Amino acid sequence: MIYGLIKKNTYQDSVNLMVLSSKLSESDGINNVSIMMGTPANKEILENTGMYSEEFEEAGANDICIAVDTENKEKVEEVREKLDESIKNLSSKSKDSKLEKSKTLDGALTSLPDANLALISIPGEYVYEEADRLLDKGINTFIFSDNVSIEDEKKLKEKAHKKDLLVMGPDCGTGIISNIPLAFANIIPEGNIGIVGASGTGIQEVTSIIGRNGGGITHAIGLGGRDLSSDIGAISALDALEMLDKDKDTDVLVFISKPPAEKVKNKVIDKFKKLNKKVVAIFLGERPKEDEEKIKYAWTLEEAAYKALILSKRQKDYSSNLSDIKDKLDKIKENSSQRKVLGLFGGGTLAGEAAMLLKEHFNVDAKSKEEGYMLKYEDNKIIDLGDDKYTQGRPHPMIDPSTRKKAIKELKDNDDVAIVLFDDVLGYGSNEDMASALAPEIKEVIEYKKSNNKDIVFIASICGTEDDIQSYSEQVEKLKEAGVLVLDTNAEAVYTSISSLNYLNSNIEIKENNDEKKTILNSDLKVINMGLESFAETIKKHGGQVVQYEWSPRAGGDKKMQGLLDKLNSL
Amino acid sequence: MKYKNLDEANKAVTDKIVSAQPYLMDVVPAKEVIDELNGKVLLHAGPPMKWEHMTNPMKGSCYGAAIFEGWAKNEEEADKLLSSGEVEFIPCHHVDAVGPMGGITSGNMPVLVVENKDGGNRAYCTLNEGIGKVLRFGAYNDEVVNRLHWMKDVLGPALSKAVKQIDGGMNLSVIVSKAITMGDEFHQRNIAASALFMKDVMPYILKVGLNEKDLEDVTKFLADTDQFFLNIMMAYSKSVMDSARQIEEGTIVTALTRNGHEFGIRVSGLGDRWFTAPVNTPKGLFFSGYSQDDANADIGDSAITETFGVGGMAMVAAPGVTKFIGLDGFEEAQKISDEESEICVGHNPNMSIPNWDFKGICLGIDIRKVVETGITPYINTGIAHKEAGIGQIGAGVVHPPMECFKKALEALVEKYSK
Repeated sequence: MIYGLIKKNTYQDSVNLMVLSSKLSESDGINNVSIMMGTPANKEILENTGMYSEEFEEAGANDICIAVDTENKEKVEEVREKLDESIKNLSSKSKDSKLEKSKTLDGALTSLPDANLALISIPGEYVYEEADRLLDKGINTFIFSDNVSIEDEKKLKEKAHKKDLLVMGPDCGTGIISNIPLAFANIIPEGNIGIVGASGTGIQEVTSIIGRNGGGITHAIGLGGRDLSSDIGAISALDALEMLDKDKDTDVLVFISKPPAEKVKNKVIDKFKKLNKKVVAIFLGERPKEDEEKIKYAWTLEEAAYKALILSKRQKDYSSNLSDIKDKLDKIKENSSQRKVLGLFGGGTLAGEAAMLLKEHFNVDAKSKEEGYMLKYEDNKIIDLGDDKYTQGRPHPMIDPSTRKKAIKELKDNDDVAIVLFDDVLGYGSNEDMASALAPEIKEVIEYKKSNNKDIVFIASICGTEDDIQSYSEQVEKLKEAGVLVLDTNAEAVYTSISSLNYLNSNIEIKENNDEKKTILNSDLKVINMGLESFAETIKKHGGQVVQYEWSPRAGGDKKMQGLLDKLNSL
Repeated sequence: MKYKNLDEANKAVTDKIVSAQPYLMDVVPAKEVIDELNGKVLLHAGPPMKWEHMTNPMKGSCYGAAIFEGWAKNEEEADKLLSSGEVEFIPCHHVDAVGPMGGITSGNMPVLVVENKDGGNRAYCTLNEGIGKVLRFGAYNDEVVNRLHWMKDVLGPALSKAVKQIDGGMNLSVIVSKAITMGDEFHQRNIAASALFMKDVMPYILKVGLNEKDLEDVTKFLADTDQFFLNIMMAYSKSVMDSARQIEEGTIVTALTRNGHEFGIRVSGLGDRWFTAPVNTPKGLFFSGYSQDDANADIGDSAITETFGVGGMAMVAAPGVTKFIGLDGFEEAQKISDEESEICVGHNPNMSIPNWDFKGICLGIDIRKVVETGITPYINTGIAHKEAGIGQIGAGVVHPPMECFKKALEALVEKYSK
């Protein structure tokens, strides 16, 4: 029996209605439902399909005609209710999938044109071909997949080595590049320890201990279990060590592996000796050798982590800060009497810290007897201008810049001081603009030195935040403008002064940052994830750029077609 | 090869697609522009085929055409004539034409004349007859034949006179570019383009001197026929792709078509050759009373729109169309276009899709990418009843068989390995 209903003046797109018709036709007790706008053509279709009801006579083009074929009249009302409900819910539910996806490498590269790493977790038999063409495109590979032959591994690693690229794996479980976790990895704070390891959980354990104990890492480079075999000969290990050695954020290296073939092990240890940075090495299961100057050996993973932690705190390398003041230092170097540090501090504790670090450097323990001097050693001076000696009858130097200005001005007649260290303490109560107050005198001294074919270095740190009334960044700008090297912390300022002194007193070269080669360690990580989608989500979550390459075997695995494609593409 | 490599050759092909300038010049009886139709000849959709391989809807269309041309009085006479071998069948594609569904075109049917002023070539297509019982879906009753006569006697001449008043013809790319921003993908959905076409043509139709009844009928027909622009888009796409075919090198698909029996493709580097394989059957949404079991196998030249880069390839422009294929909403539509763009060499900047971050439509289907990825063109299509005489029963989507692309790939290797 056909029942007809009209829903007046409710226009719906015909497609929506077709969807509803087929959905409602599936209800129990209903033979068929046909819902259409009441146009003449549609009425004709209703007639032709045997779904016409005389109620439709008066339906116009803006009325919905609902034809219900059922033996149970109550079902008609049910259809009307469901129709009303469905019309209300027509808007599509948007699914939040923001991960970019592509089914081709070309497509992935269109989304991420300068991708520099591919994380590969596809079946092993396809890995060689894919990794090979990625290397051809200049992309580093992290191969999570196993079942790649050792011959193929060697070919890939040799190719990567020639192109200054890195192949991590095959069968590489863990990696952290620029604080972005790859495959199985923990979230470890940023720090200055770099890890290279042919042991996935070894890396996880060491990095976790470092992280839990206040340290942090730059990169953790997994190698896969076979890299240190005599077949492969540690190709990736050596390249990874080299890359980390050149990485300016990495100060200490940790090398983790099971005992390799003796020949390979010697190769790796030789490499340690050639590096500029200290290394903690653990060959799991092998009694540690005696420490050497640059290499500390560990017996357990925990021991390796702690040794790295201790070294990392001492070995932070501030010499990279020197590139900005290299010209000044080279000028100062010409004048052999100019080798002293003068600290002009407003903050007493900051002065104390500076004195402490310099004492450590000069290897002196003596407490200065003169008032106001936190350190006075062979004319190197750290002065606390807040000492009573200087503040009688005037405000504290954090408010009143006059004593400091005077001291800076006097440097014109001083030919011993190479480096002037000072602080700028912000906050309520402090001078509203210490940088502007000191700038004229600083500029004057620098100009004066220059006009006499000399130079002088000012190094400062600012204690305060952006929200302070003086605004941290504005103070930085003003001091920089005056010619001051501004560093993040007081300790860094002091360490940089020490590095400067070392430079002035020796023949070491300052490493130029600009000739640093672009590697995966010093570029933003841009990853093509081939395989397990969850890996891509992790990368995305941690701020890495990633595109999911929904890989499947080329030409559906049809070998003949793959051959034809290769032939055609090689023309 | 006169190009450095296949990528360069493909660039030359797609440059022709981008630089195309199709204009609607006229509407004329088919036999005036297609010589072959001056004999007992019918054009059909798809790659070449014989009467005995035609599916019922195409046969139904042939009956209708034979009756319309006065070769037969009824189905029986038409069947006798057509199975006797006296009527020659030629693919539309072989005579610069394309035809929707059955694609059956006879000498006295009016066709759109679209000229690609860049390539200097023309393409033809019959006029859209509306929906329901229509010849292209295999219906051939009196209503169908009468409408064909009205189109020949009233609609065709009216449009001819109207279009000819426009100096240099009607610039179709303008309409296409506008309509794609209004939600058309030009295969399943042409309502915006049809409305824009009507808006542009009506001022001229008013001046062609129609009597009141004819003017009313023509106006009503154009107003009611939401898919009117589809056939214009087919001629448009054919004129563009034939101009691209002049390059004669590379791996770009220049035609996708089906005759209900076989799917056929042409590839830029392989000229006029067809690469065929058995067609699939479209999946979709059916008018009440019909189901998937009633669906005829894939049929029609309309996939020329996908060849150009619209239709299913441009699903993102018309998210509403996703409902035909049981998908729901914009993201699904975008996913389809994103996927299709992976088998193309680029995007056509002339047809920019706002909700695709203004990316252009897909440009140049590369058979190498099709074979490599297993992704085939997404074709939005009407669905005919598998019995003759019933007509359209739904709409949906269909994919070409991969075999066509594999065969063409093999032929290309053979050609270029020499």
